Amino acid sequence: MMANELQKIGNAEPVALLKIPVLAISEWREAVLQEVRAGARICALFALPPRDSPVDPADGLARFGALKSRLYAVLGHDREAALAVCATDVEKAYPSLSQVIPQAHWFEREIAETCGVIPQGHPRLKPIRAPLSDAPFFEVAGDSIHEVAVGPVHAGVIEPGHFRFQCHGEQVFHLEIALGYQHRGVERALIGGPGLRTLHYMETLSGDTSIGHALAYVQAMEPLVGIEPPRRAAAIRGIALELERLANHVGDLGALAADVGYLPTASFCGGLRGDFLNLTARICGSRLGRKLLRPGGVCFDLPENAAVEFTRSLEGALRHVNEAAELLWSRSSVLGRFEHVGVVSAETCTDLGLVGPVARACGVKNDVRADFPSGIYRHAKVAVATHAGGDVFSRARVRWLEIQESGRLIRSLLSELAEGLAEGPILHEAFRAGRAAPVLAPDRLVVSLVEGWRGEICHVLITDRNGRIARYKVIDPSFHNWSGLEMALRNQQISDFPLCNKSFNLSYCGHDL
Amino acid sequence: MLKELLARLHQGHRTIPFPREEPVLPERYRGLPAISAANCRDGCRECEKACPTEAITFAGGGDLRLDLGRCLFCSACEDACPTGAIRFTRDYRMVTRERAALLLGDAKTLELARALEERMLRVFGRSLKLRQVSAGGCNGCEAEVSVLNTVVFDLGRFGVQFVASPRHADGLLITGPVTKNMRLALRKTYDAVPAPKFVIAVGACAISGGPYAGHQEACGGAESVVPVDLFIPGCPPHPVTTLDGLLRLLGRRGRTVIR
Repeated sequence: MMANELQKIGNAEPVALLKIPVLAISEWREAVLQEVRAGARICALFALPPRDSPVDPADGLARFGALKSRLYAVLGHDREAALAVCATDVEKAYPSLSQVIPQAHWFEREIAETCGVIPQGHPRLKPIRAPLSDAPFFEVAGDSIHEVAVGPVHAGVIEPGHFRFQCHGEQVFHLEIALGYQHRGVERALIGGPGLRTLHYMETLSGDTSIGHALAYVQAMEPLVGIEPPRRAAAIRGIALELERLANHVGDLGALAADVGYLPTASFCGGLRGDFLNLTARICGSRLGRKLLRPGGVCFDLPENAAVEFTRSLEGALRHVNEAAELLWSRSSVLGRFEHVGVVSAETCTDLGLVGPVARACGVKNDVRADFPSGIYRHAKVAVATHAGGDVFSRARVRWLEIQESGRLIRSLLSELAEGLAEGPILHEAFRAGRAAPVLAPDRLVVSLVEGWRGEICHVLITDRNGRIARYKVIDPSFHNWSGLEMALRNQQISDFPLCNKSFNLSYCGHDL
Repeated sequence: MLKELLARLHQGHRTIPFPREEPVLPERYRGLPAISAANCRDGCRECEKACPTEAITFAGGGDLRLDLGRCLFCSACEDACPTGAIRFTRDYRMVTRERAALLLGDAKTLELARALEERMLRVFGRSLKLRQVSAGGCNGCEAEVSVLNTVVFDLGRFGVQFVASPRHADGLLITGPVTKNMRLALRKTYDAVPAPKFVIAVGACAISGGPYAGHQEACGGAESVVPVDLFIPGCPPHPVTTLDGLLRLLGRRGRTVIR
């Protein structure tokens, strides 16, 4: 089958499972390869385990034997706003894609781990969420080579992960990252839903991205019920998503400054980050945006006078952020530590399928808000920020540019709301309290993309014949980007690791699920 | 240098006057829930059915209990109750020394954390070093603990500091439901802290497993691995809740009973 015959869908546009072509494995591989050669990125690559598969009581993982798993590939064409979807059935093994498509490597490791299907010829088949397994680390041999092991418990107030460096003196030859310490079984628990905890799982997939993940979820649910959220709710969601981006980007600028020992910006930004969190709390009572979103709309309208007060608070905070950032850009001692450190080339970025500010700092102009606009972003156009250096400086600079753009977006949404352009309810009547929960369309697949502050959040929801969740695949941007951090450390000084790590600032729990 | 000084002037003084003054909390902040059984319509159980973490139990006859250690502060119970028997107040004080004290009822009062014992207080009262361990936390609690180090909360002025090694620490501050994959690391970190030591559990996950209670991949909170001396509820707790709890533990807030 030719690539142009694949089922193409848009962001948050459900498709009947029957319409997704199920190809023979060789055709499927060829189709995926053609799409990638035509410039597509792998947004998702995952398996739907066979129903009623036996579960091993020892580790809770499914054991399949001769049963077939169905592999789905979701390929994003960023310039066409189109997602190509195709499937294939595999038993115990299939020829790996990673040999020819490097960006498939982490996905295929996940498939092998969760479904027991072996991608044959995979260059490094090792579990991605089993840190206590005895799978060996990659080792560099030689007289003056030494190994440094860090984690899972780190020096700061951060999540656990293990980093294994192969060093020659100060120079890092290779870094291997072992994750999985945060594995809580979210995807398993989502099956059979939606239930009472579903939204809470979304809000805690990666707690610093509560709005981003919750938005991806409600955006997947709504078209399955056949409704659109009210325009006012969409605007409030946009404000919340941009506030989340502001808080985290500002926090990151401060943390980057702290990592090079430049304390003025570090301490200013540490406090300013809270100003944006507090704005979110003024909307919904929670600094992280908990309980703001729900399918059908939002739970809270903006407080009275928000247009005036929020705009004033926002402008004050942004003025202070810019002052703090200007200090950063004007200090040669800072720039000396930011520039040419932790470089990722545009080529590596594309090969590995990196996303978000990390990719844009390699000059790759991808942003879901502009490429696959949904919700309020169909009306509010986003100017995508890029920087070409691929180093720590570029990643800091892109964040700063995005801070400006988020500020602009929020102000324009606030004035739009103030002018009465989006008057009306904040929750669609299908989801009003007291009404029976709407039923999801059965046997559908929907891909929901959101540009969270770390980059592309991809949720794939598959419903069963009763309209319950048969599979809910979550791909946090960190899932793509952890291997980018490994590459950024090649030939760097090991003492630059904290700085490089902070410039990526990836999620452990968003990866581990 | 002049630029930095000028910026410092512009940025102004940011540290909140807490605990000298009460904190300013957002209008819609969901703090300590209050139960008024008199309002409870016997047998409707809508609150119980709406709770995502089985925090609410109803034994009939106005005996409505809410376990703060399980509560995600989503206020689904308040939304579901037709008669206003459960209401989320804006009280941020809710840190306790005993797990059982987190079980709210109509007649029961919440006994806020008392200070450390005299001997412990002599050692830790003015200098307390903590090691933070995230064991399956979503980075919500971690982030809200981390802000205590910023100029806004300025934890250092109370002599409390997060340190890089358990060997330098007086106690652990644990977040997350304790995943199976973190159990060993948590245990080793605890063992590496020299005695006398204590443990602080922050957030619904660390107290009860939170939304991950009952998951085979997690252990249902910190107490499954180590003894816990201070319970800070929330999802995540507001930073002033955590700060209030720490100050109570250090005997800086006096004994309060909330009715």
